[in-house]
Amino acid sequence: MKITVAGIAKEYPQGLTVRKLIESENVETPEYVTVTINDDFVESGAFDSTVLNEGDNVEFLYFMGGGR
Amino acid sequence: MAFTNEQLERYSRHIILKEVGAKGQKKLLNAKVLIIGAGGLGAPAALYLAAAGVGTIGIADADEVDLSNLQRQVIHTTADVGKPKVESARETMEAINPDVTVKTYRLYIDSTNITDLIKDYDFIIDGTDNFPAKFLINDACVMAGKPFSHAGIIRFKGQLMTYVPGQGPCYRCVFKEPPPKDAVPTCKQAGVIGAMGGVIGSLQAMEAIKYILGTGDLLTGYLLTYDALKMEFRKIKLPKDHSGCAVCGDEPTITKLIDYELPSCELKSQG
Ligand SMILES: [Zn+2]
Repeated sequence: MKITVAGIAKEYPQGLTVRKLIESENVETPEYVTVTINDDFVESGAFDSTVLNEGDNVEFLYFMGGGR
Repeated sequence: MAFTNEQLERYSRHIILKEVGAKGQKKLLNAKVLIIGAGGLGAPAALYLAAAGVGTIGIADADEVDLSNLQRQVIHTTADVGKPKVESARETMEAINPDVTVKTYRLYIDSTNITDLIKDYDFIIDGTDNFPAKFLINDACVMAGKPFSHAGIIRFKGQLMTYVPGQGPCYRCVFKEPPPKDAVPTCKQAGVIGAMGGVIGSLQAMEAIKYILGTGDLLTGYLLTYDALKMEFRKIKLPKDHSGCAVCGDEPTITKLIDYELPSCELKSQG
């Protein structure tokens, strides 16, 4: 199936969970990433149970703490 | 209030813009913006806001200028090393533009002082370098109904978002609560390319200016990310529904400000 991850079109097998996607995409600090699918938040407790669908648009939002 | 001849010349490139004009320039001269943190983000933001003629600029920071700051904190000079950052920043802003009144606050923000600090300002810029401060600014601004610009920078990356009361999500909607101490790099060990503060801090100044002018689209409901190595900007849409947020939602569970613990490596460098 085709999904969009951080703006880039990707091909992944059916049945892909958010957790598996986080692993495949080598997300930095995976414990603390915020995930949205089609502009809705996915609770971090639901990463294992949330399965992606054809055409989904996934974004990873990262903590960025610096500034001074 | 009429412009002096000097002001007409100083702000001529603003006044000629249809989005600014004489009316907009007066709005800027009457506006009050608070910058928390006189560092990588706060320095360029302060320079542009002062140059733009924002009439009152508050700047809060407890630190002194350190030699290691000068690679990015362009409001301070080598001669300022050892001086309180807020003093050094004030001198530079006043030298750029005598129209600006600079108010300095030599302090670390915490739950006891932030509400009082932000109350007289129209817009707040978060130029701090740690999560406890960023969450504190968010919560205090949400509770007080103040708009603010959040930003973070690290290595070759930066990001920012704008909160306006009643218009879209707050920082806590997206990031819930600070990561455990030292779990996410925010410290000086991680490093940051100096010009990153210039890019993101200038964008924060731009958001403040647009808010004051009431023109254009703000980064409300979006996170703008910048990756300098890929040379890529992305404007990521944030979820609209913030009813469940602990601070800006329909039934907030956070009703008092929280002093989170600072990472061990940053005990002496809060913003
Ligand atoms: Zn919120």
